[in-house]
Amino acid sequence: MTTAAPARTRAAAVPAPGAAARRPRSRRRLAPYLFVLPALLLFAAFKLYPIGSSFVLSLHRTVGGKETFAGADNYNRLIHDPLFWTALKNTAVVLVVQVPLMLALATGLAVALNSRLLHGRSIFRLGFFLPMVTGLVAYGIAFSVLLNKDYGLVNWLLGLAGLDAVPWLTDPLWARISLGLALTWHYTGYNAVILLARLQTVPAELYDAAAVDGAGAWQTFRHVTLPGLRPALLLTTVLSTIGTLQLFDEPFVLTGGGPDNATLTIGVYLYQNAFKYFDFGYASAIAYALAVLIGILGLIQFRILGEKT
Amino acid sequence: MTTTPARRARGILLTAGLAIVLAAVGVPFYWLVVAATHSSQDIFSSPPPLLPGGNLPENLATLQETADFGRVLLNSLLIAAVYTVCAGAVCTLAGYGFATYRFRGRSGLFGLIMLGLVIPVQVTLVPLFRMMSDLHWLDTYQAVIAPNLALPFGIFLMRQSMSALPAELLDSGRIDGCGELKLFWKVALPPMKPALAALAIFLFLYQWNDFIWPLIVLRDSSSFTVPVALASLQGLDNTDYGAILAGTAIAAVPMALVFLALQRHFVSGLLAGAVKE
Repeated sequence: MTTAAPARTRAAAVPAPGAAARRPRSRRRLAPYLFVLPALLLFAAFKLYPIGSSFVLSLHRTVGGKETFAGADNYNRLIHDPLFWTALKNTAVVLVVQVPLMLALATGLAVALNSRLLHGRSIFRLGFFLPMVTGLVAYGIAFSVLLNKDYGLVNWLLGLAGLDAVPWLTDPLWARISLGLALTWHYTGYNAVILLARLQTVPAELYDAAAVDGAGAWQTFRHVTLPGLRPALLLTTVLSTIGTLQLFDEPFVLTGGGPDNATLTIGVYLYQNAFKYFDFGYASAIAYALAVLIGILGLIQFRILGEKT
Repeated sequence: MTTTPARRARGILLTAGLAIVLAAVGVPFYWLVVAATHSSQDIFSSPPPLLPGGNLPENLATLQETADFGRVLLNSLLIAAVYTVCAGAVCTLAGYGFATYRFRGRSGLFGLIMLGLVIPVQVTLVPLFRMMSDLHWLDTYQAVIAPNLALPFGIFLMRQSMSALPAELLDSGRIDGCGELKLFWKVALPPMKPALAALAIFLFLYQWNDFIWPLIVLRDSSSFTVPVALASLQGLDNTDYGAILAGTAIAAVPMALVFLALQRHFVSGLLAGAVKE
């Protein structure tokens, strides 16, 4: 905004609208399309075409590399496939448990990072954002060794505290918890930074007014901070939901979907069907089921969180 | 704001509390560096090593021997560099077009590209894989690079940043006789340097860390990128964790350094895209 001001005053001296029309009209009209053309062509070739092609594939059966039309067979198989439902359930657990916990943590972190009482704010912001920069494979491997049942650092520390070793990656329940911990470690700081940026746009007068009215810390948070955060909360919720539904890298590297399919996500199941069993038709049906789910959940979230903004 | 002793105490308490949390968050980083300098046997001994050891050269030698890691690093660097330049150009051009012109179909076309943000990556994996196979592009750099050049998030980011360009600035350039392309290059781009830096870091990190797509199109170990090579090492029966973790640390450290050096642009640039509606 501030950078725009000097340019505006300078431009006010020249008769802008009439002069701009002096350029050849046809070229001006064509220009925007030429700027967006490379992106549109690439997008059409590598995104739109595969999206359509994936749907056609989902209506075919793949046997030994050959495809025959199968109508809704793949979708029918999907509905009766217990592994698909397991994958869906596992994904839903992350969505219902890990995402809200992480966003609550991120909100708390954002409020703390925004506090005028905090020393060295920029160092903290940077530090909490850093896990996001680490590649998924890198942190997946690091976590898998840290959480090793017999020799991992975490269990060794628990032992020092006099606690029993936890079967982090080998017990179905603990494997889910480990996955949740890894995800929280990776994404909380990122979400906190998005929320923090929004928080900084909440006018200070609102806080001053709340203080004058004698509002306590909780009331201020409830009536000033939270409403101010609403659009950013919507954004982080939608992004986290999409990310969770597509979850692949972490379970693939950390647990391989195990033990006993406890961390099998839709993303991992899709990958197995496509690139392990080469059943492209069925994999495409799974992909479409996933896309529909994301669409529905996205709409619901916009309705609930977006209604007052 | 006057600082009363009570406020000061609360500030110190808050800072100390957050410092403890940050230290806990930093443990995996610290431990990664420590583990990278120990042998597999040391890593899996009790108590686990807490300080750096002297086994890094051996780990790197093993890594080079089992995974041709020098080649793998070179693959990753080349792919990420070429991708950053090409995708940066595509996204910046498109972002500029969408941000500064009013034209027929603008919002429709932009909406279409934003659809790419919501459609799960997995939907396109199978057809894209077959496309790459039909083109005989499997195991090539272009197979990794081409499909993600028009990255919806990159286009979104650049449109947000470019929409801050004052229309008067562009119009005065036109009056001075600038062609549209020259206008973009000479007038619009120079003030966009911070946004371009953010985009470049984002694209580089995205490509450097990307896993599922390279995993699918790279079949031969000589064409592997760093994440694919590390994951394939982990799948071996007698996994040498000292070597893997040395590779992991090598893959993570430069990224952390690039990020630290340019973080001011990165965070602010990303936030410009993330929060403005």
